[in-house]
Amino acid sequence: MTDKTMTADEAVSRLRSGMTLGIGGWGSRRKPMALVRALLRSEVTDLTIVAYGGPDVGMLAAAGRIRKLVAAFVTLDSIPLEPHYRAAREAGAFELMEIDEAMFMWGLHAAANRLPFLPVRAGLGSDVMRVNPGLRTVTSPYDDQETFVAVPALRLDAALVHVNRADRQGNGQYLGPDPYFDDLFCEAADAAYLSCERVVDTAELTKEAAPQSLLIGRHTVTGVVEAPNGAHFTSCAPDYARDEAAQREYATTPWPEFAERYLASPEGAGS
Amino acid sequence: MTVTRAEYCVIACAEAWRGDGEVLASPMGVIPSVGARLARRTFSPDLLMTDGEALLVGVDGTVEGWLPYRRHLALVTGGRRHVMMGASQIDRYGNQNISCIGDWARPRRQLLGVRGAPVNTLNNPTSYWVPRHSRRVFVEKVDMVCGVGYDHADGAPYHRIPRVVSDLGVFDFATPDHSMRLASVHPGVTVAQVREATGFDLVVPDEVPYTREPTARELRLIREVIDPQNARSREVGA
Repeated sequence: MTDKTMTADEAVSRLRSGMTLGIGGWGSRRKPMALVRALLRSEVTDLTIVAYGGPDVGMLAAAGRIRKLVAAFVTLDSIPLEPHYRAAREAGAFELMEIDEAMFMWGLHAAANRLPFLPVRAGLGSDVMRVNPGLRTVTSPYDDQETFVAVPALRLDAALVHVNRADRQGNGQYLGPDPYFDDLFCEAADAAYLSCERVVDTAELTKEAAPQSLLIGRHTVTGVVEAPNGAHFTSCAPDYARDEAAQREYATTPWPEFAERYLASPEGAGS
Repeated sequence: MTVTRAEYCVIACAEAWRGDGEVLASPMGVIPSVGARLARRTFSPDLLMTDGEALLVGVDGTVEGWLPYRRHLALVTGGRRHVMMGASQIDRYGNQNISCIGDWARPRRQLLGVRGAPVNTLNNPTSYWVPRHSRRVFVEKVDMVCGVGYDHADGAPYHRIPRVVSDLGVFDFATPDHSMRLASVHPGVTVAQVREATGFDLVVPDEVPYTREPTARELRLIREVIDPQNARSREVGA
């Protein structure tokens, strides 16, 4: 079977400027920060980023790599407002497709199922429709005749996700309480790069954890990157909690100064 | 013992979940959280609650279920949930904004984003909590409609905003055109004070009752069991 292991830099070398990238995790939780750091060290820019946004979005915004963002929010959780994202938005630095959390999920589902859209009872009556004039509605073909928003598929050129364990073929396992939508990101993407805390033998995956923890199937994964502490400073339960001190430092340090420290070391600041 | 303003707010928030039955209580903010836990321990024992992450837990923390974000979103659209969200701005018809202040295209102040407000308001009852009632929050018109108000909802089948609770009083939409009505003021607050702090013409009935008093048992639960650290007083002072 194919050994898909590679370094973070090798994974990023397959990305191109102008691509649409999905980034897994949620807020400041289980973000693939080792891959994001490698992306920030590269020249890749002009990106469309699709994410339940956290510091991944803040960093890429601060570094001027985003052309367009698709998101329902950007937050650091324990610090509600992401400072670099805020600054970029208030400076009008990139285009934003602001949609609701559920619309976002159904957009990924549509892409994963090769559908052009899925209908949702969300968005109607809100300014999500005003600020996204391209969004269309659809009328139920059944007797109810209700109108829904037709959320367009959020198809991705590539997805970046981080999990607790993976094998060399790309089977990914999460051990925390929430899978977020990482499997969907992989299924919605033409290529997916999976970083993990530890690469283990396939048999090792289910030795102590239930098979339900096998979140990501290898058929949806292009590259596997072993990245211990690879979500730092975001959380990666149960391996580690969010590093609040490092996050505070990120939020209060001017980006160029933080970037110099953070991008130089493979593990990132404070690890 | 004197009941504090924060404790009246807890009671007002708890009342939002009265009679809801077996639905998920999703409180956002300290006082709604204390209120939801009080409701569950007293008059709404069947409520479901989370640990703030992906687990459904009992009052003593016993895990009784799994609710990661994807299932949480299904629960929203299934309607078996009553959320109490925050609001950076709210208007007379209950339109709520947590996205940004100013022009959306180039905001003066970027906030969280719409989050789940659009889906919440069209699918499950959505109440609001405002810890500092002011004209900056209770506005004539919100800058970005995130949570959908009665005028924008256009009679959507599952749209309902049961109540808004602030540090000054309780508000509902029990008027012919669903514009916001003062339902009660917290003891110590005057109607004039509420009007003064509200940026639109509030419907005020001839008789405005006071928010009800907590029972002795409720007060003991709040002070000794649910919030012994008195976090509530940091959200709403005296």
